[in-house]
Amino acid sequence: MAKTVEGLYYSESHEWVKVEGNVAIVGITDFAQHAMGDLSYVDMPEVDDEVEAGEEFGAVESVKAASDLFSPVSGVVVEINEALEDAPELLNEDAFANWIMKVEMNDPSQLEALMDAAAYEAMCANQ
Amino acid sequence: MKYYDKLIFDLSKEGRQGYSLPANKWQTSLSELPAGLLREQDPELPQVSELDVVRHYTNLSQMNFGVDSGFYPLGSCTMKYNPKINEEIASMPAFAGVHPLQPSYTVQGVLRVYKELAKALSAITGMAEFTLNPFAGAHGELTGLMIIRQYHISRGDLKRTRIIVPDSAHGTNPASAAVCGLEIVQVKSKANGLVDVEDLKPLLDDTIAGIMMTNPNTLGLFEKDIKEIAALVHECGGLLYYDGANMNPLMGVVRPGDMGFDVLHLNLHKTFSTPHGGGGPGAGPVGVAEHLIPYLPVPRVVEDEEGTLYVEDEDGQSCGRISGFMGNFGVLLRAYTYILMLGKQNVRMVGPLAVLGANYIKESLRDCYNLPIDSVCKHEFVFDGLLDQSTGVTTLDIAKRLLDYGFHAPTIYFPLLFHQSIMIEPTETESKETLDGFIEIMRHIAAEAASDPDSLKTAPHTTPVRRLDETTAARQPVLRYRDMNQI
Repeated sequence: MAKTVEGLYYSESHEWVKVEGNVAIVGITDFAQHAMGDLSYVDMPEVDDEVEAGEEFGAVESVKAASDLFSPVSGVVVEINEALEDAPELLNEDAFANWIMKVEMNDPSQLEALMDAAAYEAMCANQ
Repeated sequence: MKYYDKLIFDLSKEGRQGYSLPANKWQTSLSELPAGLLREQDPELPQVSELDVVRHYTNLSQMNFGVDSGFYPLGSCTMKYNPKINEEIASMPAFAGVHPLQPSYTVQGVLRVYKELAKALSAITGMAEFTLNPFAGAHGELTGLMIIRQYHISRGDLKRTRIIVPDSAHGTNPASAAVCGLEIVQVKSKANGLVDVEDLKPLLDDTIAGIMMTNPNTLGLFEKDIKEIAALVHECGGLLYYDGANMNPLMGVVRPGDMGFDVLHLNLHKTFSTPHGGGGPGAGPVGVAEHLIPYLPVPRVVEDEEGTLYVEDEDGQSCGRISGFMGNFGVLLRAYTYILMLGKQNVRMVGPLAVLGANYIKESLRDCYNLPIDSVCKHEFVFDGLLDQSTGVTTLDIAKRLLDYGFHAPTIYFPLLFHQSIMIEPTETESKETLDGFIEIMRHIAAEAASDPDSLKTAPHTTPVRRLDETTAARQPVLRYRDMNQI
C-alpha cells in the first residue's frame, strides 16, 4: 500500500503540494512513483518559468513509461530540486522527502480544489 | 546455439584490414580541402579482416530471434510470417536495379506496380487514393495530419489547431500530432475499453482539426460506436484519422472508408507482411477520401490517356513533399506481391484467422491470468498480470521467463490503462500446435509463480545474457565503445 502524508494537498494527477507561506512545494506521490517503477529521468521546468494549474510543467520517465507532470497551482517557479538531475531515484526512495519544484503562488485559493490525504487515498484505492 | 558475445572492437588488431585501395595516381591531397572539413583525429574504427567481419556477424546473427525461428506474439506489432516469395520478387534485377532518377519511360513497370498497389490498398481500405511515399508508420501519421492541416488551411479555417486522441492510443499518435504543430486533447475510455462518446461530445468545437483513432483499438476491441463518433466529428467540421496499426483483423472484411474515416495510414510491415523494424526500411502509405485527394503529397504517379505513366511534381494544393523520391520501393513491391499471392478470395481469410487465434489463447488462459475486459477480442488482447497477484511475480518476470522456453515475449506494460499489461497477438500464420505450445508454457509459468516465484524473478536463466539492469542502463547509458571501461 502506497503511503500518504497528512497535512499535504493532493491532485488527481498524483502530485502533492506542501504550503510554506505563499510558496507551494510540489512533488509526486508515493503511489505515483510506485506505479512508474524505477525512475530514470525527471524533466523539470526552469526557475522563473510560469506554471498554470492543471497544465504540464515537466515529466518523469521510467524504464516502463513516461508521464507528464501537471502543476497543482499557478505561479512562478522559484526553485527546482537540482539533485534530481543526477539522481532521479531519490523520488523512488522517498517521494515525499524529495520535492521537484517550488512555486510562488499567484492564487492560493486554487489549493481548495485539491484533496486531503484521506480523499486522495480513497481515490487511489479505486485505481 | 554457440555462445558469442564479442564486440567487433574486441577483434581489432592494429594495421589489419580487409580492403586495399589503389594508389592515388592524380596527385590530389587532403591539403586542398577546407580546414573545416578535415578531421582532427582519425576515426576509431575496428581494424579487422574480411573473414573477421563475416564470422563476427554470422555468429551474432545465429543468436537472433525472429519470426523465422520461433513464435513471436508481440502485441500491436503483427509479427506475421514474411513469405519468401516477397524476397524473390524484390530481388529481381529489373526491380532491384532501378534508380529513382531514371527517366519515367524506362521504369514503366515500376511505376505500374506503384499505381496498382495504391489501387489495391484503396480497394482494401475503402479510400479513394493513396500515396506510397512515407517511409514508416509514424511518417505516414505525420503525412496524414499534414493533409488534414492543409485541408483546413486551404479553406481559410485557421482556428482548427487541436486534435483529439483517445487515452488508449499508441504514443506515436500524440507525438506525430505534436510534430505537426497540433495541440493534443485526450478523450477517455469507458470501463469496457471503448471511447466514451459522452466524454467526446463536449470536446467538439470549431477548434478541432480531427480525431485520431485506432480501430480495433490497442486493447484489441472494435470501437462499436464508430459511426456515431464519425457523425459527431464531421458535424463539428473535423476529420477522422485512422491509425492502421491494427488493420490486420479487418483486412478484406471491414473498410475504414466505410466507417467514415477521411485519412488513414497502413503499416505495410504489419498487415502486408514486409520485413519488420531493426532500423531497416519501412513503408507507411497514406490513403484519403475523395475530397482530400488534392492535398496528397508530391511526387505522384499519374497516367495519361495512352496509359503511359509519369511522375508529377506540381504541388498545387498539396501538403508538399515528404520524401526525396517515392518511398521505399523494395518494401512496396513486397506488399504488392503479398496481396497478389493471397488473391481476392484469401485476403479476407487473414482477419478471421488472426481473430480466432487471439481468442483461442485468451479463453485458454483466462483462469490463470487477469482479463480486465471480458469480451470477444479482435487480433490481440490484454491481460493485466497474473490472476494470483499474491506471489509478487510481475508481468516483467513472466515475459523474461518466456524467453527460457524459447518464445519471444509479448508486449508488456502497454497499453498504459493497466499496471501489468501483457499484450498478446498471435497473427494468422501460426498453427494450432504452436498456439497450444504457447498456452501450455503460459500455464506452466502461472504454476511456477505459485510454486517457485524466485525462479521467475531471476529469469531468464538459459539465454546468453541474463536479466538486464534496465534501470542503470537508462540512468547511465554507455553509448560508445571507448566508454565501456567506465562500467
